[in-house]
Amino acid sequence: MIKRRKLGRGVAVVGAGMSRFGMFRDKDSKDLFAEAFREMMSAVDKGIDPGDIDALYLGNFTNDFFVQQGHWGPIVSDLIGLAPKPATRTEGACASSALAIREAVFAIASGFYDIVLAGGLEEMSKRSTEEVTQGLAMAAIPYEVRAGFTFPGVFGATATAYFAKYGASREHLMNVTIKSHNNARLNPNAQFNLSIRDIMDNRVERARKKGEPVPDWKDEKEFLRDPKANPVVAWPMHLYDCCPISDGASCVLLVAEELARSFSDNPLYVAGIGQGSGRGLHAKEDLSCFEATRYAAQEAYSMSGLKPDEVQIAEVHDCFSIAEILHIEDLGFFPPGEGYRAVEEGLTRLDGSKPINTSGGLKCKGHPVGATGTGQVVEIWKQLRGEAGERQVPIKDLRIGATHNLGGTGGTCTFTILERR
Amino acid sequence: METRSFSDNSYEQFLNEDKLMGSRCRQCSALSVPPRPICVKCYASDMEWVEMNGKGKLAAFTSIAVGPPFMVQEGYSRERPYVSGVVELEEGARVVARIEGVDGTRPESIRVGTPLRVEFLHRKDGDSIATFLAFRPE
Repeated sequence: MIKRRKLGRGVAVVGAGMSRFGMFRDKDSKDLFAEAFREMMSAVDKGIDPGDIDALYLGNFTNDFFVQQGHWGPIVSDLIGLAPKPATRTEGACASSALAIREAVFAIASGFYDIVLAGGLEEMSKRSTEEVTQGLAMAAIPYEVRAGFTFPGVFGATATAYFAKYGASREHLMNVTIKSHNNARLNPNAQFNLSIRDIMDNRVERARKKGEPVPDWKDEKEFLRDPKANPVVAWPMHLYDCCPISDGASCVLLVAEELARSFSDNPLYVAGIGQGSGRGLHAKEDLSCFEATRYAAQEAYSMSGLKPDEVQIAEVHDCFSIAEILHIEDLGFFPPGEGYRAVEEGLTRLDGSKPINTSGGLKCKGHPVGATGTGQVVEIWKQLRGEAGERQVPIKDLRIGATHNLGGTGGTCTFTILERR
Repeated sequence: METRSFSDNSYEQFLNEDKLMGSRCRQCSALSVPPRPICVKCYASDMEWVEMNGKGKLAAFTSIAVGPPFMVQEGYSRERPYVSGVVELEEGARVVARIEGVDGTRPESIRVGTPLRVEFLHRKDGDSIATFLAFRPE
């Protein structure tokens, strides 16, 4: 039983912004953070003087390895004119910037600061795939590394345990991939803003132009079943089950609740915030769930007094297709073993009863690991304020959204519930 | 009496000696493989070594086509994937290990629940020997 948490005073989000996510030869971490910061500034309805920001918390996983620089707090605080005010880096692998949000919330709730910027960045694409894999493996469980597991391998094994327990199959994972691509198609900030159908059409056209044999896929699933189009990475994880290598930055402006209306006409309030830690495959009790997510969810739900049914939309950490299915179960949106059916029935689509990853998720929006947590809040910010454009969900009275961020192979998980009042 | 510390280092040394060892809490009998210095059930630090009988069954697995450099050096590739898995031991604990004697190119043929027996893969690691825990269908 988790003790009911509460904040010393309420905290609100009054601005959120992100850079485009993608692989950029010509942009570094600072360029990307500047993009995110500008978008955040323009999202503050009544404006903010950056000189009024008290502190920065910045999530970054392993730019130390990727670009040989680890001390990003002061670099970013100088970039945005915040120095000499304090800047602190948070690290929780792929959940690093969700931890930045938590630190910002705690700092404001304690009464110490009033206005805090939480953000994240990661610059991965200037390294080879092998090197990125090596960098990310710094967040792996050592016993698993020794047994030959990779990140896709851990999620692949998780999938086989889930399949054996609940009778799902690889075909069900494809429904997640197809949905993510359909959503990302409507997101101009996404790394892959193409549907699977668009990708198939492009391939057909390219083959025609080159005079090569024209592929003849009957539908999206036949494309995903084609080992040439979608090779295996760590069975049953194939290329299209895995998120890409990305560069990007994002940030969120948080203020004390009583100040929210002086910055924003339509702020989002932090209703619940939770974090858990998880164990390796050898030690976790159930292989087909993430215990850290369940803990984080309980903490956030009990703080908010809300039930899973009341969360209307969510961004969840779909680093691999199977992960999205587990998360929507662990977060209580669907009972254990029924997540894959919910996806199959279309309940998690943009027009479904519980839209999940309307941004395209990590799979298609991209996963610059340190920027993902705050990036997820950017999507919820836009959706709850009715500013998501073509991908705006059609739910009436959209008020409550949530973000779920996962670090490593489930070692650090967070759940944050945001509410428009 | 075995006096090695309940550490990852000792666990690896035992693997070099073809032994799969865990720790058992003398206070509450909780078993941990690999060993733990502190019991996570009752928080006692009073441990003893126990040897596993080496039998178990497959609880989860993956066939890896894109492996880390040390597996590529062993000759594994997209054309020759290897299998890693989670094994539930007869004693109740779970371990992660390489799974030998199964066809990584036909992962659909591999079944969760398959009975397995332990195997120790000794590999040269510079001047010393590194041992990888593995299991193979009985």
